[in-house]
Amino acid sequence: MISRGARRAGLFVVALLCVAALWELYKVVGPEEGAEVFGWRLVPRSSDRAMPHTWEMMQRLFDPEVRGRDTPIWVAVLGYSWYTFRMALVGLLLGGVFGVGLAIVMARFKVLERGLLPYVIASQTVPLIALAPQVAAIGGNWDLPRWTWVASLGAFLAFFPIAVATLKGLGNAPAASLELMDSYAAGWWRTLFKLRLPAAVPTMVPGMKLAATASVVGVIVSEISTGVRGIGFASLTYGQKATSDPAQLYTAVFGAATIGLLMFGLVVGIEAIAMRNRPREAGA
Amino acid sequence: MRFLRSVWNVLVPPLIVGVLFVGTWEIIVRVFDIQPFLLPAPSSIWSTLGDNWTKVWDAMVVTGANAFVGLLFGVICGVALSFVLMRFNVVNELVTPLAVALNAIPIIVLVPVFNNMFASTTEIPRRLMVTLIVSFIVLLNVAKGLRQVSAIHMELLQSYAASKSEILRKARIPNATSYLFTALKIAAPVAVITAFVSEYFGGSQNGLGYGITSNAAVSRTAASWGYVVGACLLGLAFYLAAVVLERLASPTARPAPRSTSSPRSINPNTTNQQVRGIDPGGATA
Amino acid sequence: MSSVDSLSASAAVVVDGVSMAFNPGRSNQVDALVDIDVSIHRGDFVSLIGPSGCGKSTLLRLIANLIEPTAGTVLVNGKSAAQSRLDQDYGMAFQQSGLFEWRTVRKNIELPLELKGWEKAKRRKRADEMLDLVQLADFGSHLPWQLSGGMQQRVAIARALASHPPLLLMDEPFGALDEMTREHMQAELLRICAAAETTVVFVTHSIPEAVYLSNRVVVMSPRPGRITEIVDVDLGSERDDDTREDDLFYKKITEVREALRGAESRVAGDGGEPGRGRGVEDR
Repeated sequence: MISRGARRAGLFVVALLCVAALWELYKVVGPEEGAEVFGWRLVPRSSDRAMPHTWEMMQRLFDPEVRGRDTPIWVAVLGYSWYTFRMALVGLLLGGVFGVGLAIVMARFKVLERGLLPYVIASQTVPLIALAPQVAAIGGNWDLPRWTWVASLGAFLAFFPIAVATLKGLGNAPAASLELMDSYAAGWWRTLFKLRLPAAVPTMVPGMKLAATASVVGVIVSEISTGVRGIGFASLTYGQKATSDPAQLYTAVFGAATIGLLMFGLVVGIEAIAMRNRPREAGA
Repeated sequence: MRFLRSVWNVLVPPLIVGVLFVGTWEIIVRVFDIQPFLLPAPSSIWSTLGDNWTKVWDAMVVTGANAFVGLLFGVICGVALSFVLMRFNVVNELVTPLAVALNAIPIIVLVPVFNNMFASTTEIPRRLMVTLIVSFIVLLNVAKGLRQVSAIHMELLQSYAASKSEILRKARIPNATSYLFTALKIAAPVAVITAFVSEYFGGSQNGLGYGITSNAAVSRTAASWGYVVGACLLGLAFYLAAVVLERLASPTARPAPRSTSSPRSINPNTTNQQVRGIDPGGATA
Repeated sequence: MSSVDSLSASAAVVVDGVSMAFNPGRSNQVDALVDIDVSIHRGDFVSLIGPSGCGKSTLLRLIANLIEPTAGTVLVNGKSAAQSRLDQDYGMAFQQSGLFEWRTVRKNIELPLELKGWEKAKRRKRADEMLDLVQLADFGSHLPWQLSGGMQQRVAIARALASHPPLLLMDEPFGALDEMTREHMQAELLRICAAAETTVVFVTHSIPEAVYLSNRVVVMSPRPGRITEIVDVDLGSERDDDTREDDLFYKKITEVREALRGAESRVAGDGGEPGRGRGVEDR
């Protein structure tokens, strides 16, 4: 009766309400100043300063960002979120283009693949995000606008999951289909566009999902180093003011959540389009 | 001889690429006389690292400990939660959309929240962050492994009238174990990354993240890069540890088959005709 | 064994002194084919049959120029095999239908035409013609996974014939189908090839299939791969279900089977490993 999508959305809302209920329950039950277990402050503080009431958080959305000004904070947070989202999108796009491009070049020239592949794989284990401050420092010195460096870091982080997934996907084409294209004397590039790339799409999609989240995180972290006004910047500055204005911090969290959900929706949409002709896979 | 040749084939191209890369970097910096606070030469990074090694090492220990504790508890929580999800469908229905959504959201922004809730002078907020992120990775993977046992295996066990707990032990858990190690290989470097990115958001000042940002802020770029090297080493170490663990736990696992990319290399010994013999006149083989 | 024909107008495929060795010169050299001579005339339906390792698939791929022989020449349509491939003078069908799962049935059939640079309207018209030929006219907009195995193979055959090539190469295309569908598809294939006047080279494991479809059956044996015998099957050009119950049909099946057994005993007699195929009985 109720469609699957509606049911899922409904359950999501219920889950959120449960979380809010647990939050408030803890506030009632938990110690005001927290507690120590084995010398570690494991039990969080439940005072209103440390854990504002959920309704206080909601209410704070409508208060101004800076006392005395008129604009309610949710407008400001929305602005920050939108900025971060745009940067993450640009990063995802750039990273996607370069990632697919590199994968194609590596598939074409085996020599390059053998030389670069270990680095591409290692890059997934290595915290590339450590380079954010360096990139920001370099970027700050050249006269390019700061947003390019923020988007570049997003692109940098999005690039690797896509490159790895695309490279793996390009090997998906069954041998019989490759023989078929050979029998048509189709040549490497035509085989790429007509066979290998379409066959690679189901493997590329999870890579794109990873890249989307990586891009968002990359942009957020680089905001901290470059000081551009996105949601990362907001959460840092609000965090520093948390002792005086605790609920404000949570508005930034809501903003980040919105970005994440928007990106998630986008990615799911792309997946639906990319996979529209494919047989449904069981499970997952 | 053949073994040596294959080792050569595997090691030499990346080595050449690495040497070329570092060499070009060094040359560019010297030839263009790039300012050290902008992009230091590999040689200066190396020497600064040598000077700073104890400091970098201490920072690596701090961040590494955070990553490790978070990884440990994250795995425990993730596995425990996945069992709960498997057992109680209601919880599964509630938690799964939440987990999927939380996976999409950059929850790293919660670090200041944790700093607020706990003391910002301990490592607890960061460890909690790592635990949280690792839990989700492990949860999603292990839950999948517990649920998606192949239909053939399920039918087989049902034909043996196996009880629910027997099915659990004999089919679900072994299936889930391989998913667990997949999750571990992803989660280990993620734990390191989360650990030091958390440090960017304020808190105590003795990890790799702090080392990177503070040095970068005062343009001590070579020193900052030194901490980056430390972070890379730490990430690699965690990943390799996960790989070793996987090998130790399942030494009989088959390596993933490689796909043929050139039709001209098709060996007749691999065509599926070879599997069957002559059809004497009637039934299909 | 037939001698090499000169480049007469009736020869569609000429294989002359062809040998194929994999890993030549190394310790793991495999002589897949040794000294193959065969001539296939226009309009022939030739089956290649033999036990594992006899090189029948290798021979097919040599004709298709997917691999190059280590010795000898292959001529297709009077040209070198390489040139024939570049000119797309043949269509090929495999055991897996090899349809692109992201393309509709119609677009799958259009694939070789796209590669030949045909314009859209012309492609669509030809694809519709082929759909009619294989009796799948209502399924043009379906996706491959929505079709049964037999239907997918029909699409693969339609694709192989889309550009009306003079030659059709088939590598056990019906191997994955059940027996009833298989017999039905064999009749369909004969009908389609008669209508299109195609020459066919057909690799198979099944003796009845080879006899039903072909006018010549090339029996091969392994280690090293070579042609043992060529059996002429004069069942006429109008074959149908009744043909399967003809006395001559059974006689030809026996002839082919004995040729295969002869090949095997020759291999066993050479002192190699026993060359018995599965299910073959001893006298």
